[in-house]
Amino acid sequence: MKIALIGNQNCGKTTLFNRLTGENAHVGNFPGVTVEGKVGMVKGEKNAFIADLPGIYSLRPYSAEEIVSRDYIINEKPDVLLNIVDATNLERNLYLTVQLMEMQVPMVVALNMMDEVRAGGGSIDLDVLSKGIGVPVVPISAAKNEGISELIEVTLEAAKAKQLPAVRDLCEKGPVHRCIHSLSHMVEDHADRVGISSRFATMKLIEGDMEFIERLGLSQNEIESAEHLVWEMESEGGLDRNAALAKMRYDFIEKVCAGAVKKKGESPEHKRSVKIDRILTNKYLAIPIFLLILMSVFYLTFNVIGAFLSDLLAAGVDILIEKADAALTAYGINPVVHSLVIDGVFAGIGSVLSFLPIIVVLFFFLSMLEDTGYMARVSFVMDKLLRSIGLSGRSFVPMILGFGCSVPAVMATRTLSSERDRKMTMLLIPYMSCSAKIPIYAVFAAAFFPKYSAVVMMSMYVIGMAVGVLAAIIMNKFAFKGTSAPFVMELPNYRLPTAKTTLRMMWDKAKSFMEKAFTVIFAASLLIWFFTSFDLKLNFTPDNSASILALVAKAVEPVFAPLGFGDYRAVIALVSGFSAKEAVVSTLGVLLGASSSELPAALSALFTPVSAFSFLIFNLLYTPCVATVATYRKEMNSHLKAFGVALLQCAVAWLVAFAVYRFGILIVG
Amino acid sequence: MKLGELKAGEKCKVISVGGAGELRIRLLDMGIIPGTTVQIMKYAPMGDPVEIRLRGYELTLRIADASIVEVEKITEESA
Repeated sequence: MKIALIGNQNCGKTTLFNRLTGENAHVGNFPGVTVEGKVGMVKGEKNAFIADLPGIYSLRPYSAEEIVSRDYIINEKPDVLLNIVDATNLERNLYLTVQLMEMQVPMVVALNMMDEVRAGGGSIDLDVLSKGIGVPVVPISAAKNEGISELIEVTLEAAKAKQLPAVRDLCEKGPVHRCIHSLSHMVEDHADRVGISSRFATMKLIEGDMEFIERLGLSQNEIESAEHLVWEMESEGGLDRNAALAKMRYDFIEKVCAGAVKKKGESPEHKRSVKIDRILTNKYLAIPIFLLILMSVFYLTFNVIGAFLSDLLAAGVDILIEKADAALTAYGINPVVHSLVIDGVFAGIGSVLSFLPIIVVLFFFLSMLEDTGYMARVSFVMDKLLRSIGLSGRSFVPMILGFGCSVPAVMATRTLSSERDRKMTMLLIPYMSCSAKIPIYAVFAAAFFPKYSAVVMMSMYVIGMAVGVLAAIIMNKFAFKGTSAPFVMELPNYRLPTAKTTLRMMWDKAKSFMEKAFTVIFAASLLIWFFTSFDLKLNFTPDNSASILALVAKAVEPVFAPLGFGDYRAVIALVSGFSAKEAVVSTLGVLLGASSSELPAALSALFTPVSAFSFLIFNLLYTPCVATVATYRKEMNSHLKAFGVALLQCAVAWLVAFAVYRFGILIVG
Repeated sequence: MKLGELKAGEKCKVISVGGAGELRIRLLDMGIIPGTTVQIMKYAPMGDPVEIRLRGYELTLRIADASIVEVEKITEESA
């Protein structure tokens, strides 16, 4: 048995899904698109499979989410639609319900947040509502875990009995009514043949959903006379097709609600939200409070909790390495294998693990911000700023996360509904200088610009953002033409997320990172190990300067000479920075044979102040670490694109570093 | 007058939704249709977008986008 869970955004759908399913649920993409969906088995039921469709407001075929949902219902033919409806926001939620009713698939409405309605002194007559829409209605509270078992029972029953929604005439007598009835006679046979309800086909015909109309196989004659009927409806009713249908649906809903809603009440959650918003979206306080929240999240993630966990893991890995090292040495194993295990395998595992705590902790906070409803407010407050670079307020938080770590930032673009905005945001994230680059800036600033280290640090962030803005403008012009999706966004009431929802999100994100990134990062670590440990004749060499990597680096020295650092050691440092940015400094230390206290002096032999600055610029802008590229690969669903992006980033870094170096030489002389 | 020209706190009734394409359909789907009562809640700190309340929920949209909605102000007397 297949159940499709469908509903608006912010109506508690994810919470309900988590209540309905056990630990077996998993995240997946719908075929062919990057729309995320979850599937699982209903707890305590055999063979009841449930798919969580994306949160949508309508079945009009505009966003990828809407098309995915429509096609899922038509192609996968679920046995029952479980439509979750927010009882505190009944009218707007029923708009989707009314469209689902047209599809004539067995259906049950889960009326969520009934506890909030009651707490606000409101009451809804469930019988009247159920009769009005012709579908069984079950009151629940997903957050408080109330009414869930009854909901499962009613849903399974509706599926088994193949109980179709009772047909309701949405329209009063008039032009719309006449048009719908004439058209539904016309499409009846066609709709039957492809197994779609004629009511739904009629609506799509009026809406002008061309892709869908093609499936019906209407003759040219029929299409023309349908156009004529719609045109008559428009001129007689004075409303065009889209407004006429929306009005018909909302008029019907208002009538149903007028009968079913016995008492209107303002839910306590809404009252509270209005109060909270007086502060959080206040004209003067909104931005300072947001910055404060953001800084606390970063501080807690990178300095307190994440750092603590990272250190703990690192200590664990160190002990493991030590033990393995001792055991291998005692065994007297071949030095190549020894190096493979210690410098290759363990280094790889270590770099994967070092990201994990940060991802988990950052997503904990992110889930809190998202599920409480604060993220929507941030988008509201920051929209104007991002509009100037062709994005919307929704991109703000993922981009800001980039200052912490690009990996969770790229993963966070999942919340963006428009494909264009998502891709653009993903590409801009690396220009927000991530925290792993700070040690590079710090060491170089101390070595070459001791008096101005703060200025140098700041300039890195500013230049990064400036290049990002420039990149956005270029992308708008060439790669991502067209406007971004309309910024029409609901501001949901503030609510506390349930622990289960938050934990499940953290788990999903950690798992997704481990599964997809592990192989890539691991393979890259092994490759780097191989190229630094062997010479061209494949002899094992502990001397880094004789390794294949060094030879290649020496060969490409001329490429970097125009940037002021045409030295193979700088090149190797950059390559190792690809596995993790932290490695740049330590690699330079090893290659120059300098301890961390001697490093500033040793660096002076390799760089001038101008070339040092150019090196920093290159580090700021070139391909982020392999973990980010692996995340790109996953989110873009393409090896080639991820590779192309990485290459492009190197090109940008080269150009900017070149410009800065040449300009610097001119000034300094 | 246009939605987005009103001050925070003021109420209005939708006369027509102009424009075209996806934006227009989004607004209609979200319940902004001729006859709907809409209240302006507030403007964002940078002056744009605007937060409105209709059908018992809050929605935000950009002022430029809101200008496709023709409205009639509801004054105290007429209400």
